[in-house]
Amino acid sequence: MAHIIVVTSGKGGVGKTTSSAAIASGLAMAGHKTIVIDFDVGLRNLDLIMGCERRVVYDFVNVVKKEATLKQAMIKDKRLENLFILPASQTRDKDALEKEAVGEILDELKKEFDYIICDSPAGIEKGAFMAMYYADSAIIVTNPEVSSVRDSDRILGILASKSQRAESGAEPIKEHLLLTRYSPARVESGDMLSIDDVMDILAVPLLGVIPESQAVLKASNSGTPVILDEQSDAGQAYGDAIARLLGEDRPLRFTKMQKQGLLKRLFKQKEGAAV
Amino acid sequence: MKRILKLLQSNKKTSASIAKERLQIIISHERTKKDRAHLLESMQQELIEVIARHLQLAPGSVKDQIKLDLAQNEGQSVLELNITLPDDELVAAAIE
Repeated sequence: MAHIIVVTSGKGGVGKTTSSAAIASGLAMAGHKTIVIDFDVGLRNLDLIMGCERRVVYDFVNVVKKEATLKQAMIKDKRLENLFILPASQTRDKDALEKEAVGEILDELKKEFDYIICDSPAGIEKGAFMAMYYADSAIIVTNPEVSSVRDSDRILGILASKSQRAESGAEPIKEHLLLTRYSPARVESGDMLSIDDVMDILAVPLLGVIPESQAVLKASNSGTPVILDEQSDAGQAYGDAIARLLGEDRPLRFTKMQKQGLLKRLFKQKEGAAV
Repeated sequence: MKRILKLLQSNKKTSASIAKERLQIIISHERTKKDRAHLLESMQQELIEVIARHLQLAPGSVKDQIKLDLAQNEGQSVLELNITLPDDELVAAAIE
């Protein structure tokens, strides 16, 4: 049974596309046939993060408007056997997506795929609404920062009232919190909301915590989903999140400040004194 | 000395705890506001059903026929209800 997952946040720049790329890749690596769809019509970026920007011929809107078939628009990932990408249009506006047409496309994809990942645009307008409307589960990407947490709460309200599941009275969308750009050192010094703080406020089960990491920018520079960088902290944290999504029980990693050796501490103090 | 420093620090609020407090306040405020909007909407719908059983209502959407407002003034809440009836229905009701 195909499963539709929306990756959403309300606020922009918190890591939705990075997370969508990592989650889709992780599911494909686990052997599930997966497609990731960019719903950010007019501002497509998933293709860049996935490293397939030069292979885009047709896009999601072409399929919605029946100017191309799904088969023509889907791009097969070069690294992972089970992974496909459906890019957004770069030229149309977000109103080009129609509820019925999107529903038809998703129904067709459901026949072929195990997982359909919908990468939502920021905001609460039509593109974001389309991305979440048909979802079975939602991954709420949140930064430990006031505006992101507030927007996540708004999105949770919309998921609970405006989705197809809400409208039809079916079982509600399953919610998962993915806390990204987490910095244990700043939490420890009292300058960043902790995991518990965010969970107290949003009250959504935690799927994973992705540490603030240099690996994320490096991965996007080269168009490789960060989960493929298995040496990196962020890559491993996404791997854990995928395992949890698939029902495995994994402890959190990279959420505590690393104990620094005496030498390093001394060195740091000297550095500080020199400034 | 270290202990004194720590004591002083523990008395001072961290910026994260300020952030959490502010978020809790604004989010609970926004949630009640949304719940209230839902409440008004469903009350509006139910009221219209009851009234329509007894009176002929003005044609148009529910929102044209009935206006419901919840206003808060210094410690008391006022629920304001306005129902629009067609002219002849008003006369008929008055005669009865």
